[in-house]
Amino acid sequence: MIRQHSYWQLFSAVCKKDLQLAFRQRAEIVNPLLFFLIVITLFPLAIGPEPGLLARIAPGIIWVAALLSTMLGLDKLFRDDYHDGSLEQLIASSYPLPLTVLAKVVAHWIITGLPLVLMTPLFALLLNLDTNALIATVLTLLLGTPLLSFIGAIGAGLTVGLQKGGILMSLLVLPLYIPVLIFATSAIETSTMSLDYSGQLAILGAMLVVAILSAPIAISSALKVSVS
Amino acid sequence: MQLAGPNGAGKTSLLRIIAGFSVPDEGDVLWQGKSIIKNYDEFARELLFIGHKTGVNSQLTALENVQFWLQIQGYNDTQDLYALLAKIGLVGLEDVPVRMLSAGQQRRVALLRLWLNSAKLWVLDEPFTALDKAGVAFLQQRFITHLEQGGAILLTTHQDLTTHFNDLQTVTLEYRH
Repeated sequence: MIRQHSYWQLFSAVCKKDLQLAFRQRAEIVNPLLFFLIVITLFPLAIGPEPGLLARIAPGIIWVAALLSTMLGLDKLFRDDYHDGSLEQLIASSYPLPLTVLAKVVAHWIITGLPLVLMTPLFALLLNLDTNALIATVLTLLLGTPLLSFIGAIGAGLTVGLQKGGILMSLLVLPLYIPVLIFATSAIETSTMSLDYSGQLAILGAMLVVAILSAPIAISSALKVSVS
Repeated sequence: MQLAGPNGAGKTSLLRIIAGFSVPDEGDVLWQGKSIIKNYDEFARELLFIGHKTGVNSQLTALENVQFWLQIQGYNDTQDLYALLAKIGLVGLEDVPVRMLSAGQQRRVALLRLWLNSAKLWVLDEPFTALDKAGVAFLQQRFITHLEQGGAILLTTHQDLTTHFNDLQTVTLEYRH
């Protein structure tokens, strides 16, 4: 048996497996989206369908719903691999674990974050957002949802060995989401006043870069602790 | 080398420490004179670990599982996997999700890796579990070839292996409260 070290082969194999599994159990993709949709439709029903009010609170609603719906999928991110022993095989592979983890988080974002971004125009319609704010929302979600996946994966890695880790993970992860929430909603709000919001986007982008570089290392350590 | 001892003696815990998943409270694990904690990547290249949890995904098919494993271990995917599946008795089942297979067949999917690696050290936790007699004999045959090629095997089992392996060493752990 010949070994050829190719980081791309590892990355694509891990990513492909997770996507393949998600498409075999489509509920995994559809359920968080439906949850997101239902939460958003509840607000006009509860607060009243006054267009001005809805447009004002829309950024907050969309972002809080996005936080909650990404939490739904996080629990499963490492759970199956932990229980069937795949995680041990990934650790005992001669490839660096952070790269494997990066591939898993990217796959998680494609399954949960990307559909959210793509469906935003529909939500904007429901909440009476104007075009300016819609573009800002899409941009913040595009930068923000991968960030949510990376931060959340640290919590998922830490709690994967626990019997009922879901709630604990939410308690660990949601406070860490606050900075993302603040800058994202502030960007959308600025856009509704037709002002320049590139500053907030730049901060979100910077946070994403830091997360891509450092979160996989943190997640790997968390997983090693969970497995031992 | 066989690791023996009653249930709860710590066989699996010891195997997990040797494979580098757990860190020992005291002492160190050395591979070719080097600590595996510091040189884990180097050690991992020579290690094949199949634990109690085999690392086979139940939603994927046998073929997909084997291909995934080959890729994460960095092996070339050029092997004739169908011939190997036939040899181990899984022919015709390669496109069935593993969860539909019997316990023994699932174990065979995991054990396929023994034919597809270049690792020197095999660490196997109860490899004979759920296998039928023919499967056990077939597996022991593979063990002998591996040993003849200069490999080492560390395993736990409750089976008697002395009749098949002349220079088998046994370490017995005692159960302590």
